[in-house]
Amino acid sequence: MSAGDLLAILQGAVVTVTLSFVGILIGLPIGLALAVVRWADVPFVARVVAVYVSILRATPLVTLLLLLFFALPNIGIAIGPISAAILALVMNTAAFNCEVWRASLMNFPKDQYEAAQSVGMNATLRFRRIVLPQIVRVSLPGLVNEMSLLIKVTPVLAVVGVVDITRAAVRIGAQTYDPLPPFLVAVALYAPIVFVLVSLQRWIERRQVRAEAAA
Amino acid sequence: MIHDFGIVWSERSLLLSGLGNTTILSVLSAAAALLIAFILTPALMSKQPWLAWAVRGFVDGMRCVPFLLFAYIVYYGLPSLGLRLDNWTSGLVALTIYNAAYMAEILRGAWAAQPREPIEAGIAFGFSSLALFRRIVLPPLLLAAGPVIGNQIIQIIKDSAFLTIIALPELTHAAASIQSRHYVPFAAFITAVFLYWGLCLVIEAGVNTVDRLAAARR
Repeated sequence: MSAGDLLAILQGAVVTVTLSFVGILIGLPIGLALAVVRWADVPFVARVVAVYVSILRATPLVTLLLLLFFALPNIGIAIGPISAAILALVMNTAAFNCEVWRASLMNFPKDQYEAAQSVGMNATLRFRRIVLPQIVRVSLPGLVNEMSLLIKVTPVLAVVGVVDITRAAVRIGAQTYDPLPPFLVAVALYAPIVFVLVSLQRWIERRQVRAEAAA
Repeated sequence: MIHDFGIVWSERSLLLSGLGNTTILSVLSAAAALLIAFILTPALMSKQPWLAWAVRGFVDGMRCVPFLLFAYIVYYGLPSLGLRLDNWTSGLVALTIYNAAYMAEILRGAWAAQPREPIEAGIAFGFSSLALFRRIVLPPLLLAAGPVIGNQIIQIIKDSAFLTIIALPELTHAAASIQSRHYVPFAAFITAVFLYWGLCLVIEAGVNTVDRLAAARR
């Protein structure tokens, strides 16, 4: 393995991190929107969202990605590997985020909501000022957990030709006939990224437990 | 479109064998992972610092590595060390070892949350350690951890789809070969998606049954 190979894997790392970041950034608000639709029990739409979440949570990312990558061009929507990758990540993570958001919405104390109503806040204001700040705090550990899961499924994106850490490592392994060193470099890149997120989750949980104990 | 699904229907034997292989892979590795976890969990909670530390390192390490990369290492990387496994063995080994780490962590959490009193009562009654484990510790532990273990089995089913990259003929692999043979991507993959969904609904129904059993016992 040469220095150039190492550089190629590092470039793959930039792709992995960028795609994960974009997926998380788009998936978070969509997950929240889906959760609100279910929470507010919007007729018909809430049922559709429930089925969507159930299916997406059961679908392996590889299968979803292959479906999007091969079937969308078939019905006339041109899609490249990168856009298919982002779309698959967003569809997948939004379904999981929806469940995290929904759990904290369901546990939101009703009395606070009614108090906001009684002082004459309208629905938007109630959601923005009373509900959102609190459910963000409650959902945070679950959402960070979902982010680390998302990063762990990104190697799948290599299947449609996105050159991420894994594909760069596989390519170098195929060229040098010695796949173990590039794979170990890849592990050394993934592990700290996931570890940071896992530690972040533990730190947030500990801080919240302490804040609750103090209150 | 109907015609496309007709093609998928004509290839149903391939798809069903893929579904069968996915089920076999998932069930075997879930059972094996759970068994290994039952060895790892006491080690995780061991009073021997080196043992607890080593197992903790393994569990945390697995949780930081993407499964696909792990499967690649087992299949393509191990031959460099002189250990060559075929795709079925590699797939099973990778799924089992990877998920054993997750199962061990799940069991540790459920174990730590168990009340101490029944165990101490069991010791006072003179249960031997194996009987104590089998009769007193295990049943409530499995019932308490049931839903989380169910989630992990669903995770195993989804992880097994990754094994398509080492040419293991599971469900996604079957859908991909139907798509490449007949060029019916939407019909082939959406059928696979619904089959995965069905599989996960079966697991969820199983978990709910266990939950009801647990509620009835209380």
